[in-house]
Amino acid sequence: MAATATTPGAPTSRLGKAATEFDDRMIVAGPVRRTLNKVFPDHWSFLLGEIALYCFIILLLSGTYLTFFFDASMVEVEYQGEYDPLRGTQMSAAYASALDLSFDVRGGLFMRQMHHWAALLFVAAIVVHLLRIFFTGAFRRPRESNWLIGVVMLVLSLLMGVTGYTLPDDLLSGTGLRIISAILLSIPVIGTWAHFAVFNGDFVGTEIIGRFYIAHVLIFPAILLALIAVHLLILVKQKHTQFPGPGRTEHNVVGNRLFPTFAGKATGLLLVVFGVCAALAGLVQINPVWLWGPYNPAQVSAASQPDWYIMFLDGSTRIFPAWDINLPGDYTIPALFWPTVVVAGLMFTVLAVYPMIERKLTGDTASHHLLQRPRDVPVRTSLGVMALTFYVWLLLAGGNDVIADKFNISLNAMTWVGRIGVIILPPIAYVLTYRICLGLQQHDREVLEHGIETGVIRRLPHGEFIEVHQPLGPVDEHGHGQLAYGGAPVPKRMNQVGGARRAIRGFFSPIEQPSAVELEQLGEGRGLAAGEASRELTSSGRPSDGGRPSDGGRPQDARD
Amino acid sequence: MTTHDTRPGSAGGADTPGPLHGGPDEDYTPEQLAAMSREELDILGARYDGVEILHVDPGPEPGSRLEKRAVRQVGWTFAAAGISAFLFLVVYAGSGWFLPEWNWATEGTTWSALFNPLLGLFMGLAFALAGVGLVLYTKKLLPHETAVQDKHDGSHFDRVTTGATLVGGLHNSGLARRKLLTRSLGFMGAAFGLMLVAPLGGLIKNPNKGNPLGRTSWAEGVRLVRDDGTPVRPGDQEPGSLETVFPAVPGGNFQSDAATMLIRLRPEQVAADRPREGQADYGYGDYVAYSKICTHAGCPVSLYEQETSRILCPCHQSQFDVTQGAKPVFGPATRSLPQLPITVDDEGYFVARSDYPEAVGPTYWNRERI
Repeated sequence: MAATATTPGAPTSRLGKAATEFDDRMIVAGPVRRTLNKVFPDHWSFLLGEIALYCFIILLLSGTYLTFFFDASMVEVEYQGEYDPLRGTQMSAAYASALDLSFDVRGGLFMRQMHHWAALLFVAAIVVHLLRIFFTGAFRRPRESNWLIGVVMLVLSLLMGVTGYTLPDDLLSGTGLRIISAILLSIPVIGTWAHFAVFNGDFVGTEIIGRFYIAHVLIFPAILLALIAVHLLILVKQKHTQFPGPGRTEHNVVGNRLFPTFAGKATGLLLVVFGVCAALAGLVQINPVWLWGPYNPAQVSAASQPDWYIMFLDGSTRIFPAWDINLPGDYTIPALFWPTVVVAGLMFTVLAVYPMIERKLTGDTASHHLLQRPRDVPVRTSLGVMALTFYVWLLLAGGNDVIADKFNISLNAMTWVGRIGVIILPPIAYVLTYRICLGLQQHDREVLEHGIETGVIRRLPHGEFIEVHQPLGPVDEHGHGQLAYGGAPVPKRMNQVGGARRAIRGFFSPIEQPSAVELEQLGEGRGLAAGEASRELTSSGRPSDGGRPSDGGRPQDARD
Repeated sequence: MTTHDTRPGSAGGADTPGPLHGGPDEDYTPEQLAAMSREELDILGARYDGVEILHVDPGPEPGSRLEKRAVRQVGWTFAAAGISAFLFLVVYAGSGWFLPEWNWATEGTTWSALFNPLLGLFMGLAFALAGVGLVLYTKKLLPHETAVQDKHDGSHFDRVTTGATLVGGLHNSGLARRKLLTRSLGFMGAAFGLMLVAPLGGLIKNPNKGNPLGRTSWAEGVRLVRDDGTPVRPGDQEPGSLETVFPAVPGGNFQSDAATMLIRLRPEQVAADRPREGQADYGYGDYVAYSKICTHAGCPVSLYEQETSRILCPCHQSQFDVTQGAKPVFGPATRSLPQLPITVDDEGYFVARSDYPEAVGPTYWNRERI
């Protein structure tokens, strides 16, 4: 319906008229309002996935830039670029173009390093995001599908990494490719067929860089992009989880609306992530391919390590014993098969189906939108720490030669440390984590029951020494608090319940009146200032001893 | 007759109002909405989206010291971000124009070594400062509101009605009764799936045809040459040294599997040498030649420690003892490095007596059978 000037509420400003014209055609006012009004919970740990998303944007942009200059060809050429030490060397066109885009393209090296740094940060952000989801139980119903999509995206990002760092065709990446080739060959029965399908023949052939290239720039990113879209759509549809707290229930989300607060913070984070990647790209050198030289199957450098996210596989391969399985009929299952294909396959399968396993074991099939604190689910937390210990131990084993070198330890000893550690450390981690979880739980209960330790020791008239505790709520006849544990953090220090005024703002000189701050806090009924400030703590706190130490210092009422 | 009647479709929307939007548009007339303030409208719209604004902490009081300070902070941060972005431009475009050349590989000047770090510094600062400015803006100048949004479970009404439509359509299609149709559709689907996947068959190559895996260009009479193509004769190497050699065929030094280590044993090593069974005559004098390709994952084994006679693969630290037929003595490798039988030709240069007696490179399923 065309808006006319006579309609009440018709826009009078130019912007308003333009918006009306636009909405006449697109009918977006409703969805836009719903989007702007969407409430996002306010907690730093919800931003980890966003870091991964922003890294992916950097990867798309910088990667597209690199394709303008990169030549995914294994044709042998003689390098004639700017880099003196390699001029005249025979190398593949891929490596030559990687050198060219580093040395002959203005800002090309900066872009290449940004791409590499963003890739490392991308996988790291995904892993940390995954840990947050795992340890807080955010994968429980109804979010199992998003967990599954997330795991698939993690695997895809690893494949992106592997195909990506193979592309420059330098000595280091060629060594990695050789190991990839051996891993493919090690698969029982179909190993040689799989190898020939991927490499189009024996190692190394002339196809593999071109094939990895198209997988790296088209196939994997396209799938990843589609999965990111689905991941986010499901997230918007299901709404965020949130930590338990005042006013938060299974049926609401407490936080900030998208516009303007959350949009401001998220955009700020995006810019900071961009800034960090750009700074790393310029200031911290990464993968200086010109130092490694062109790939030559007869050469290798010491300390050949893959990027960090593949190092756990390198580590498992290093510490796995030399156990070929010889089957009748002269068939062999190579030792290499177990620590690579089987370990990685098992790890990601268990990860992917973990929500189903937990649902089966606990019988908890209800929908959950409130998160759990890791201490409240000790078994899951301990399993997670156990798996993490296993993973980190393998990752360290992937650098055991560097550790041996830097710390003057025998390499063989490092290998044995790796072998023994991978078996005994995860169970130890489980037991320790379990004890720590129970300890933290008990301490929460103790503070709820007896109050916060004030650090004030009193001597009662009859000679007894007591430490004064600040109850968090009303107490019973024995001085025991009656608040139940609600799955939210319990204040453990007096300052957290308003034992002290908030700091006066101002760096060099105060920019607000101290008295005004005190008044403000009195007005809000917060903290001890609200009426307890002048009261002496003289009793044990038991009602029978004549009163309670305080009832004004309760945790602040649900303020937000 | 008006134009509207003669030209159907030209009737303006204004003449024939369509059905009302329903929902809030019926509840609130334009007049009612026009009478409401912007704040009220905001809260009203939010309420329709299930959002309740619980609490608003207004930003700093306009004109207060607090506000002025925050505005100053945010403003300067944004300005600094702009300056950094501009400096990035100066470095990027100015190098080679009014600044020294950026290209360090040829010039090697201080400026060219600074070019890339400066790009990173300025772009990093620009983005990071812009981000920090925005966060400061949000935290210090915007009102802090706490909002609650209802979370709805799936609607029972939607489920029942959608289900009815779906099941109704399926029922009308009669697929449940018409077994022939379901079966032929299933068959067609399977055939289509296979047809669409089939072109991938172009990727498949039979690995058992042609030159088997792990065979190399070594053959009787092929000389052992260095990377630069020069042949090797006994006495060229010091005892205890190792040299990488390749078959003297075109492109031999780039073949993935042919690289070979020619090792001259020290006298003590010769005394301790226990070659593999049947390969006692593979060496020549105090020289032995082993494949350089690790039997574990195919990396070149390169690090030779004379004192212990061990060769170490830097990839996964398999260790091979050259005095025991290059048997693996530590690490994940299971097989000895294949030994190349060598001798000396008429001109006194090293040559191979044949190819390796077994496949070189990593183990695979049917390696023993090839």
